[in-house]
Amino acid sequence: MSGLTTGAGVILKGNRLNARTITAAALLFGALAAGPVRAQDFDADATINIGSLYEPQNLDNTAGAGQGINEAFNNNVYEALFRLADSGAVEPVLAKSYKVSDDGLTYTFTLQSGVKFHSGDPLTSKDVKFSIERVTSAESKSSRKNSLKPIASIETPDDATVVVKLSSRSISLPYNLSYVWIINDTATNLTATEDGTGPYELEDWRRGSSLALTRFDGYWGTKPSNGDVVFQYFTEATALNNALLTGSVDIITSVQSPDSLKQFQTNKDFTVAEGKSTTKLLLAYNDRVAPFDNVKVRKALARAVDDSKVLKAVWGDYGTLIGSMVPPTDPWYVDLTKTDAYDPASAKALLSEAGYPNGFSFTIDTPNYDPHPIAAQFLQTELAKVGVKVSINVITANEWYSKIYKAHDFQATLQEHVNHRDIVFYGNPDFYWGYNNPKVVDLIKQAEAGTTTDEQTTKLKEANQIIADDAASNWIYLYPQIVVSAKSVSGYPVNGLNSQFFAGGIKKAD
Amino acid sequence: MPAILSYLSRRLIILLVSILVAAMVLFLLLRLLPGDPANALVSVGADPEQIEAARRQVGSDLPLSEQFIHFVSSLARFDLGNSFVSHAPVLPEIGKRLAVTVPLTLMSFTLAIVIALPLGIIAAVKADRWYGWLISVVSQFGIAVPVFWIGILLVTLFAVNLRFFPSGGFPSRGWQRPEAAFDSLVLPVITIAIVMSASLIRYVRSATQDVLGSDYLRTARALGASFSEALIRHGIRNGSVPVISIIGIELASTLLGAVVVERVFSLPGLGSMLLLGIEQRDYPNVQGVLFISTLLVLLIGFAADLTQRIIDPRLRGRAAGSSR
Repeated sequence: MSGLTTGAGVILKGNRLNARTITAAALLFGALAAGPVRAQDFDADATINIGSLYEPQNLDNTAGAGQGINEAFNNNVYEALFRLADSGAVEPVLAKSYKVSDDGLTYTFTLQSGVKFHSGDPLTSKDVKFSIERVTSAESKSSRKNSLKPIASIETPDDATVVVKLSSRSISLPYNLSYVWIINDTATNLTATEDGTGPYELEDWRRGSSLALTRFDGYWGTKPSNGDVVFQYFTEATALNNALLTGSVDIITSVQSPDSLKQFQTNKDFTVAEGKSTTKLLLAYNDRVAPFDNVKVRKALARAVDDSKVLKAVWGDYGTLIGSMVPPTDPWYVDLTKTDAYDPASAKALLSEAGYPNGFSFTIDTPNYDPHPIAAQFLQTELAKVGVKVSINVITANEWYSKIYKAHDFQATLQEHVNHRDIVFYGNPDFYWGYNNPKVVDLIKQAEAGTTTDEQTTKLKEANQIIADDAASNWIYLYPQIVVSAKSVSGYPVNGLNSQFFAGGIKKAD
Repeated sequence: MPAILSYLSRRLIILLVSILVAAMVLFLLLRLLPGDPANALVSVGADPEQIEAARRQVGSDLPLSEQFIHFVSSLARFDLGNSFVSHAPVLPEIGKRLAVTVPLTLMSFTLAIVIALPLGIIAAVKADRWYGWLISVVSQFGIAVPVFWIGILLVTLFAVNLRFFPSGGFPSRGWQRPEAAFDSLVLPVITIAIVMSASLIRYVRSATQDVLGSDYLRTARALGASFSEALIRHGIRNGSVPVISIIGIELASTLLGAVVVERVFSLPGLGSMLLLGIEQRDYPNVQGVLFISTLLVLLIGFAADLTQRIIDPRLRGRAAGSSR
């Protein structure tokens, strides 16, 4: 089921925000080396059938289209000034080059030449201005709207130049612009049609079933190594797995349960690639209310839960333990798994110190889709051992937004956070979990205003350490990212950062 | 003919009132669900202003009474509106979904009748033979088994292992590729037909048993008709009256039961539109689907009533006040 429908980039449901690490790259390479696809063997006009559980709700990433639209459209149909490569690096795409003024407040972008939209119109600076203003407009539902707030004005001195003026320094501007699709400024009806510059154009979209892309002959960049790409949408993971088993799809973009992997691992017709995701499972407390406003209580609960057991129960041998909100693929990662590691005896001691020698009881609002219910039961058992009684209240994704995200009417909630670079949420005291440490707020602000990425990294590492010491939330584990394909298919991204799935390099053997 | 006209107009009034009541009930039920349609449009990271803007856009910030006036007035104009989430007009989308659900329902239904009629009659006539008994037992089993389980079994056997049919999904070009579209409906059709014929067999069997024990059949036999002659000339017509009303109900429930089967087979039918709509609190889509399916169910009931009157002169006679 598609569960939470979410906007571009910042996503709850699903687990595809990853950055490729050396390990992941090695894994993919190893996996591909096993598949006998040589460069000259592929069919340059092949149709690649991609199976996914995440159908976009509409085709506009500023109109609440959900994560599926990033998967299907980012860098396939629409391009941005920059892109977040599968390696996690920010690379220029439609921006040929850019200059930053000494005060860091003026960015001058020079556009690639010879770029055409699918409608035939050439790309100009006016299209870029139009596209950025779509995301920052009042109607925009883009979750990236906030991060673009420093933009004060956009000027277009000539067709190939865009000048962005900022009201405050924003070291992440190129990164944030990778979320802004460049769209033809004359385009209309973008919830059902498109006019982008990407290597594919939209051929057909059947709601509830499939979205077909075909190679755009006027593409300015490298021609895709296949002819058509069809995203086929399933509502049921089992149906999707069967579709791969029977050959009606070539790739599954994200496998959600380890149980279904065995049938592919033991079958030599398939390739299983494991990348590292940035999806974290969190037990988020409402840090505003007692007893969770007490740091000792939060630390006690962190020590009371054996995270490795929960991970094993849900993901078998996959996934990674984390000690904070930052996954190993973010530049500001620090290994914090030792902070408040599993230690039920000291958990009990801390609870007594905090004034709860006999424990207490609280309710975990638990989304009704996997893996939350299982994980909640596990936490219930673990916490009972230190005398803390947990009631589980199952809610839908939609209710979660009303009750927890908006009304902050909860004690604790389980939630998967897919968001890339999302430590910044701890710098917002109004965020649903209500964590408020002025030092962290300040560090996160300073990091964004930093003059170098090194400075940004140093500040965020410091913030990262503090939220871990404060046990701001209980970070249970980091999801694995698993892509399964038929052996005849190669060249797909394993880490699908920001839910992306670049299709241009996919090759299918003859 | 005025009698049949007055029957028709009475029946139509009932139809209209039922539709109206159904519309109100579903309007209220939807809004009793916790949650907000605007939530489907925002994501973690959205600020309070963005959430409020989304609520204004979908109208969920308005008082219930105002929402209801909007709803009724657009319904009166046969305007089902646009989806909150996809922004697509609801009615054409339902049309596309019906292109999957209606063929699925009708084919399953036809197949179920083709299976159930002869088997039901045999089960009644040959109740004392082992195969008559076997049919009864197997049909009882068929009623007890959930439809999704049969679907999963069929997929495992005929799609995953034997590769006869696709395991799920619908061709991206739909009925423009009729063979592919048909292929993708084979397993779902068989799934529904198995479950549906199981219960139909029981009805046909008991209807046939009633006929077998009837006086008119004995009379026909006494007048020299052979058993099969008597059964075909008198039995089937009499026995079909209760069966038709059951068939009407079954057809309606198949239409709605397709929700489960569509999910198992990932078919883009009315059911998947409804489920997603409920998850997202996409009121226009849910209202549209429920309204159209309520309409269809009521129309099926209407058609079944009418058919019964045509077959059974006694019912006709009651309205017409005379015999044939």
